[in-house]
Amino acid sequence: MSTFDTIPQTKQEALVETLLRLADDRLIHGHRLSEWAGHGPELEEDLALANVALDMIGHAASLYSYAAELEGKDDEDHYAYFRDDIDFKNIAMVELPKGDFGFTIARQFLFSAFSYFLYQKLIDTVEDEQFNGMLQKHFKEIKYHLRHSREWVLRLGDGTEESHRRIQDTFDEIWMYTGELFDLDDADREAIKQNVFVDVTEFKGEWKELVNSTLEEATLTVPDYDQYMFSGSRQGRHTEHLGHLLAQMQFLRRSYPDAEWK
Amino acid sequence: MRYENSILTTLKLSDSETPTPRGLRTQDYMKTDQTISKQKIWSWLEEVIDPEIPVLNVVEMGIVRDVRFEDDKVVVKITPTYSGCPAMNAIEMEIDKKLREKGIEKFKVKTDFKESWTTDWMTDHAKVKLKEYGIAPPTETDSSDDFLTNLKGSQKIIPCPFCDSMDTKLQSEFGSTACKSLYYCDGCNQPFEHFKCI
Repeated sequence: MSTFDTIPQTKQEALVETLLRLADDRLIHGHRLSEWAGHGPELEEDLALANVALDMIGHAASLYSYAAELEGKDDEDHYAYFRDDIDFKNIAMVELPKGDFGFTIARQFLFSAFSYFLYQKLIDTVEDEQFNGMLQKHFKEIKYHLRHSREWVLRLGDGTEESHRRIQDTFDEIWMYTGELFDLDDADREAIKQNVFVDVTEFKGEWKELVNSTLEEATLTVPDYDQYMFSGSRQGRHTEHLGHLLAQMQFLRRSYPDAEWK
Repeated sequence: MRYENSILTTLKLSDSETPTPRGLRTQDYMKTDQTISKQKIWSWLEEVIDPEIPVLNVVEMGIVRDVRFEDDKVVVKITPTYSGCPAMNAIEMEIDKKLREKGIEKFKVKTDFKESWTTDWMTDHAKVKLKEYGIAPPTETDSSDDFLTNLKGSQKIIPCPFCDSMDTKLQSEFGSTACKSLYYCDGCNQPFEHFKCI
């Protein structure tokens, strides 16, 4: 399952595809967050962003390792280091450059809120014990991410004139990337049929409600949901940013495939 | 407690060719021929210390979930505390080292996700040791967690591990390791860490 036009046929293929899609979002997002290590606006936030990065990369690692086990591959590193941008199934929102602290927070909030509802539904649906156990573990951590980013949205929105302006600009700018959260393609539909994924449009209302109430509490204006929305990343059509990110993330492993920590 | 149900199963370790895990040559193994019990293995695992919280061992942390014999192999099942916990690799290596040191030839340390780790698995004794070490131990997790209506986070008061004052406040939900959050005690004016309840 590595090219963008392959549709899974069996339950196992559908499960692997779901694992990879979930993992790609989390690896790429985690990598973007890791870029803050040592650059946070204050010590507590430096630690917080590094912690969230670690969680998200950890989520990706467990999902990849299960996919590797199902596919009979030696280890999960293959997925992270030896695939090209066209093979990555992450949505564009998570690959956008880290921007300023406000951008990082806005993205985290939108994505964590989505993950919160997604995981809740997945835990109720997925029968596979290993996968479900992973979901339950990740879910506990997602709650921390959502709480943390939401509190910062409130603080920045309802903060100084500058913080208000900048976080509002951020939401306006990132909005066109929120559509992909709820896009469904043939691979997703197959996975839903096989009970290894859920119909994400079912919780779009709940997600909107949480986003709207938070932005309103933060004295921010909710951007227009009906504007042009970017799409196609899950099929491998990414922004140029992903290639640059992968070049940095994969360089060492590709140049020195047998390198080891000593 | 954990040992009550474990029947004294015996395992005869054979001298046959052992599959070699990564990075080790066959001659690195100690050849033994003895009878061991699961209880014995649990007690050896109690000698493996958590590298980030060096007052606790991996059994009282609740990281080791199961010890079983599969054919002639010892299988130790562990579960991660936090998904991205960097200590997990170190813990796996320490368990590996311990079993080897005790002369176990054939074993496998398996990470299992079936059950999701919770601080409720930590023994009471471990919580006392945590407090003595200066980390406020986790309290019972709240299963009636109505997360969305309580987005402000836990309003639970965490007593200071140093002076037992209840006059403490949360500084950050993220601390020096994934499992801890930062607090400040207004009683003794000391910052302290609290083991998150998950």
